[in-house]
Amino acid sequence: MLDALDILLQANFWAATIRIATPLIFGVLGALLCERAGVLNLGIEGIFVAGAMSGWLAVYLGLPLWGGVLVAALVGAGFGLLHGLLTVPLGLSQHVTGIGITLLATSAAYFGYRVAFPNVGTPPRIEPFAPLDLPILGDLPFIGPILGQQTAFTVLAFACVGGLAFILGRTPLGLALRAVGDNPEAVEAQGLSVAGLRIGAVMAGSALMALGGAFLTLSAFNAFYFGMINGRGWVCIALTVFASWRPGKALVGALLFGALDAYQLRLQTITGGAVPSQIFLMLPYIFSIAALVLVARRADYPRALMKPYFKGQR
Amino acid sequence: MIRFVPRERTPLWLTVAVSIGSGLAALLLTAVPLALSGAPILDAFLLMAKGAAGDGFALAETLTRATPLIFTGLAAAVAFRAKLWNIGAEGQLYAGALATVALGAGLIEAPSYVLLPLVLLAAALAGAALLLVAVFFKSRFGADEVVVTLLMNFIVLLIVQMMLEGPMKDEMALGWPQSAPVLDEATLPKLITGLRLHWGLIIAIAAALLLHVLMSRTVWGFRIRAVGENARAARYAGLPVGRSMVLVGLLSGGLAGLAGASEVAGLKGYLTSDLSPGFGYAGIVVATLANLSPLGVIPSAIFIAGVFVGADSMSRTIGVSNYLADLVVSFSLLSVLIGGLLTRFRLVMVRREAA
Repeated sequence: MLDALDILLQANFWAATIRIATPLIFGVLGALLCERAGVLNLGIEGIFVAGAMSGWLAVYLGLPLWGGVLVAALVGAGFGLLHGLLTVPLGLSQHVTGIGITLLATSAAYFGYRVAFPNVGTPPRIEPFAPLDLPILGDLPFIGPILGQQTAFTVLAFACVGGLAFILGRTPLGLALRAVGDNPEAVEAQGLSVAGLRIGAVMAGSALMALGGAFLTLSAFNAFYFGMINGRGWVCIALTVFASWRPGKALVGALLFGALDAYQLRLQTITGGAVPSQIFLMLPYIFSIAALVLVARRADYPRALMKPYFKGQR
Repeated sequence: MIRFVPRERTPLWLTVAVSIGSGLAALLLTAVPLALSGAPILDAFLLMAKGAAGDGFALAETLTRATPLIFTGLAAAVAFRAKLWNIGAEGQLYAGALATVALGAGLIEAPSYVLLPLVLLAAALAGAALLLVAVFFKSRFGADEVVVTLLMNFIVLLIVQMMLEGPMKDEMALGWPQSAPVLDEATLPKLITGLRLHWGLIIAIAAALLLHVLMSRTVWGFRIRAVGENARAARYAGLPVGRSMVLVGLLSGGLAGLAGASEVAGLKGYLTSDLSPGFGYAGIVVATLANLSPLGVIPSAIFIAGVFVGADSMSRTIGVSNYLADLVVSFSLLSVLIGGLLTRFRLVMVRREAA
């Protein structure tokens, strides 16, 4: 029992929490940006894979690490453009199109990897982002080791939380984006383009999702593995409802999830196989469903979410 | 600018032309990755066609692969008709498979005509129960069924892994995590000796016919469609929306559960945690290609199965990654989605009005 509590006092645990949360932060921010503009993006799981693969491949082919980050974002934006074109002006079912994007992005990434490396057993490695070397903060007790294990990529995730919160909450663009997911008629009455705003939001949101994937290959690991995304994208869709479409709460949700995941890993070693490991692996998903059920009644869905809007038509 | 004007009715020639056009578009798109991988494009397509339907053996393989896809395609079609977004057929399939081995691998001993129906019923109920939990969460708490059914896929797969490494592990399997084999009495017989094709296909086709009759000829089917088209209007008209949703949940989850039963009892004989290479998700594609029509699910499942079997055989011959199959399937889905617009809407050029 004491051992189980002792975990919470280890700097390692908190460092792992932040590391596990980072791709989720990008993913939830991306999903909530799309949904705030009225478009559900179930392409997220595939866009994660495509971002992980393309960012890693770019670095492997010689680009600097930040170049890989940029490539991943562009690839994500490309899939976002496709999803946006299909669902916004054409008004196709957002569920089905999203599943199609996931299938397309995943298979394109896997196929591309196999074309680039036909007969490679062990995945080729790259030199990933180095841990931060902080001048004063790094020397602090407890805090220092936690921060010292993170990379600049994680800093970018936290910066994106603040940036997106500022844009959505404090700028005219953010106001227009929120309105387009709540009341597109009003946006059109203002003389703004509903389609333009929605497609733009889906592209930017998908770029963020792809960064979540790229974090895995460029910072957490140093190679691309098949199946490495393993449902992280879907978890972000759940966390978006949990976060009530707010960037600040998205950060909290991702960190909670990360803590739960990091905790179960350590708890497994303590219980030493007395409890099947799958029980622990299930916890985050059960937690997600429980959280959804609890917040669903209060959930403040964007009112025009999943409703296609056609100019001049009611 | 271009405007979509809804069509009153769609002529049959257009539906056929659009399906063929979408298929051709998908093949054209597939030529791009094929060219990028340096494969001879025409040869690759010919090899794919040959691998999918070149001879009796290839055709039987395609139909074997189509069997679970018909079940999961029907599961998606009936749910989507009612706007119940069940993305959890993968988990429901595994729940059905789990029920199949739990009951069929020696728990009860009975002659085949008793045990086999029992096993199928248990599998359908297991799949249905899983989806009904999501339906309950949706109706009672307003929890989005997309997310709940998606997350349940992961939970069920973990339960399967836990069972296969624990209580259901077959000690004879030399440490490999797999279940004990189902009894002969719980096995679906082969359709043709020497081939893998089994009775699951017949059951799947029967299920499609039954679902077609149910949806088009009965009050239940009318209610399901009415709820899907406009739940609020249906409620206003006094239709039992809640009960219809339970029925949809039973049908959709049950069909996905049968997909698992048919794979275990008809093909593999035992359960492993890689029983399904994503049949649940592919079912969504199958249903969409079929425009959510139960009868259309049969050819659409055979087409998708053919793509997988053909691409597998082609990739073995000329060394192109078999992820190409997934690419063809996703291209097909997207082109059919766009093509579907042409059957439902008329494109009209409108002069841009002065703002």
